[in-house]
Amino acid sequence: MPLTHLEPSPEQIEQDKVYRKMGLSEKEYENVKNILGRRPNYTETGLFSVMWSEHCSYKTSKPVLKTFPTKGKQVLQGPGEGAGIVDIGDGQAVAFKIESHNHPSAVEPYQGAATGVGGIIRDVFSMGARPIAMLNSLRFGDPSIPRVKYLFEQIVAGIAGYGNCIGIPTVGGEIAFDPCYNENPLVNAMCVGLINHEDIQVGQARGLGNTVMYVGATTGRDGIHGATFASEELTEDAERSAVQVGDPFMEKLLLEACLELIKHDALVGIQDMGAAGLVSSSSEMASKAGMGIHMNLDDIPQRETNMTPYEMMLSESQERMLIVVKKGREDEITAIFEKWGLHAVTVGEVIEEKVLRLEHKGEIVAEVPVDALAEDAPVYHMPSEEPAKYRENQTMAPWKPQVDNIQETLTKLVSLPTIASKEWVYRQYDHMVQTNTVVAPGSDAAVVRIRGTRKALAMTTDCNAKYLALDPLVGGQIAVSEAARNIVCSGGLPLAITDCLNFGNPEKPEVFWEIEQAAKGMSDACLSLNTPVISGNVSLYNETNKHAIDPTPVVGMVGLIKDIDHVTTSEFKQAGDAIYVIGKADGSFGGSAIQLLQEGNAFGKAPALDLAIEEQRQAQLLEAIQSGYVQSAHDLSDGGLGVALAESVFGTGLGAEVELANDLAIELFSETQSRFLVSVTEENREAFEAIVNDAIFLGHVTDKQSIQFSSKNDVVTVNPVELEKAWKGALTCFMKTEN
Amino acid sequence: MKAAVIVFPGSNCDQDMFYAIKEGLGEEVEYVWHTETSLDGFDAVLIPGGFSYGDYLRSGAIARFANIMPAVIQAAKEGKPVLGVCNGFQILLEAGLLPGAMLRNRDLKFICETVPLKVVNPNTQFTSEYKQDEIIQIPIAHGEGNYYCNEETLAELKANNQIVFTYDSQNPNGSLADIAGIVNKEGNVLGMMPHPERAADLVLGNDDGLKLFQSILKHWRDYHAAYTS
Repeated sequence: MPLTHLEPSPEQIEQDKVYRKMGLSEKEYENVKNILGRRPNYTETGLFSVMWSEHCSYKTSKPVLKTFPTKGKQVLQGPGEGAGIVDIGDGQAVAFKIESHNHPSAVEPYQGAATGVGGIIRDVFSMGARPIAMLNSLRFGDPSIPRVKYLFEQIVAGIAGYGNCIGIPTVGGEIAFDPCYNENPLVNAMCVGLINHEDIQVGQARGLGNTVMYVGATTGRDGIHGATFASEELTEDAERSAVQVGDPFMEKLLLEACLELIKHDALVGIQDMGAAGLVSSSSEMASKAGMGIHMNLDDIPQRETNMTPYEMMLSESQERMLIVVKKGREDEITAIFEKWGLHAVTVGEVIEEKVLRLEHKGEIVAEVPVDALAEDAPVYHMPSEEPAKYRENQTMAPWKPQVDNIQETLTKLVSLPTIASKEWVYRQYDHMVQTNTVVAPGSDAAVVRIRGTRKALAMTTDCNAKYLALDPLVGGQIAVSEAARNIVCSGGLPLAITDCLNFGNPEKPEVFWEIEQAAKGMSDACLSLNTPVISGNVSLYNETNKHAIDPTPVVGMVGLIKDIDHVTTSEFKQAGDAIYVIGKADGSFGGSAIQLLQEGNAFGKAPALDLAIEEQRQAQLLEAIQSGYVQSAHDLSDGGLGVALAESVFGTGLGAEVELANDLAIELFSETQSRFLVSVTEENREAFEAIVNDAIFLGHVTDKQSIQFSSKNDVVTVNPVELEKAWKGALTCFMKTEN
Repeated sequence: MKAAVIVFPGSNCDQDMFYAIKEGLGEEVEYVWHTETSLDGFDAVLIPGGFSYGDYLRSGAIARFANIMPAVIQAAKEGKPVLGVCNGFQILLEAGLLPGAMLRNRDLKFICETVPLKVVNPNTQFTSEYKQDEIIQIPIAHGEGNYYCNEETLAELKANNQIVFTYDSQNPNGSLADIAGIVNKEGNVLGMMPHPERAADLVLGNDDGLKLFQSILKHWRDYHAAYTS
């Protein structure tokens, strides 16, 4: 007797509103009834509930996502597939995408983070690309709280555990700390892959009668309703069982087998079984091809006994792929997987009728139109309202820091967990495997060379959520601009972005307003800097106990370095080099590091940004770098010029003497946008100045271990050795303190 | 010279080793899949790092039963150079080609960074291009590199000059006697946790590991010159 007899009947589902528990609203349930022309059974209700969750359908964010610029000469594949793809010349291309795993990581940090890494890697190799680098963007609460420390330690360990084992270098990323993430950490993982144009795959179930095959790990009861879980606010009794468990070894085998598979002409389509597992992969592949799929669930490889259709279809067991292959050529496919010790099993076929038809123990247990699942999810236009706190911040008088002791202030700034060295973290990541990492974690962007060419890729993730908390529009512009600055400083031309929109509950008008504004700002900057959005992910409902996180739309960007000789890093190279800052300081302190340090919170106006100036300075700096005039380049971000100067000196044994025009507190700590710190050899000064209009000469790199700042009425000398000790030790110190 | 890079399911430094030989050294190299049973025709055997068989059970414990392992042991007996790096070292320990065992790192965390090594024995076929006590910078990347053996074995390793590399200045993982790499008594099997293949290309900023491969090549040439003349 199948266990399905224990499930509520269609009538009971309606009467007892069982669908509500699965995440469907009453209106949505009615909608499902209309589509089917009858009441859905338990399995079908499950299929709709996960496919219509925010995580899978983007039902509330779709109207916003549609506004992103997604086109450009360089774009080969925009949003909608496993990952976006951009051209890098010579028949080569780069596939990349960022994705969140916030909710699982809040509940089970090690596995939550590990499976986040695993999922994004599958997205990239399902396109046919070989993953060559991982990055991540993490947010944690106050690290002096024991629970936060636990989450931090376990999330980092989970990322390391998965990435190190599978042998893809984790080359970069960013980490920030703020109390708004105390209970709701953010774990966004990005994967970058390399592909030849002719190998690009799509997830489509084309060709009537073709065979649907299941490859990879077996299906268990883990992660059932993971997608729904990710689309709700976190509660105290959040279900651990909604979190999956990762097996990086299995994924390594699957990766190698799939990369062999894509060279095979019997392959028609391939898609990762990610969120909503078998339901999403089968219905999306069929829907995109304008076909249907008949699947026999008895043939699904199962790791547990007596699994019901509902459980199999909704399971989010990891390391699985669904592929469609030409009929009659299944044995060739099976042979590829067998070499890697994996099974490829026939589970169904492509049918003409555009439905997902599920058979189990000789009965048809579900039959649902594929478009209804994959395409026709409801779209909600949420009300949006400008929050009062935004208006308040806009009208506030500008705040200015009081700085009596520059050495002390700088020491405190570089010891802030957000600014401090992240060596404690990246030392746990294998960032060198594949022997292509030219610039390791710690510089502005990571750089990975492309073997056999002169080319390299620069990559980064960025978002200063404090600016967004004050002004999501400008903050969104800054997030994209800062990512591009990091690419340019490394010698690369920004190509495109992937984004992960982490926000609170979109049903709140103030939160939805933040989403709209941030997306508008990001779009503005993407258009100005010619970096279209090619992929991304949305993570909403990042709230606990009614407190939403700061709006945190993380930007992942990849740039092309045309020649490996253009690779530039942030640290000073030799005594005697001239130091320049590009752009003047203007006293922007809203949301700045020094404001957080001195006042404990962010307020006032976010720093202003002029995208025309941004674009011009980036273009000029890149030209100067490509002309070979630049020794080091570093963007000014958290903590302003003071922190950037200190960071450029760290680890070099060098020092600096600089002369500044105005009040030192403004010059050193203002977070005025579109600025860079650059060093240039004496002989190249003239040529450099001829290219970069807004370059202001500040002084020289010295061989003394001191940094001297002078202004009209002040000369201050700070000891970089002391600063570096504080900067290097801060995070380790936090992690070693018992409490 | 023709080198074999053994590939197990879960090996992930196989390509790095391959390119170190092909591009760094400029010699012939081929991948050999774990199901093969012969290494005939190869002059050197390289076991790369990674997580063979997921490192399940114990690092290297499953790999030692792979079909290719009898051929690796045979090659070692024949006096061919056998190099195991990181997971490769762990496999050599499990296969009994080298003495001792690996514990988890002292602080229980995976460590990836470039560390200074001291060449304490430059008189092996893997280190002849280095000077006595030369300090070289080589990356490590492991969670279980804390070498351990009993006192008797340690005394023997010392007496026979089997300790080839030690961590200089700071021991990153807690290994006994700062051991980073050891050879067998015969001197033709080297196991080391640090990755010389990651330091064999100046584009990545460091080629301190290249001399290790050059030493293998030099020994092979000298041997063949002696043989053929």
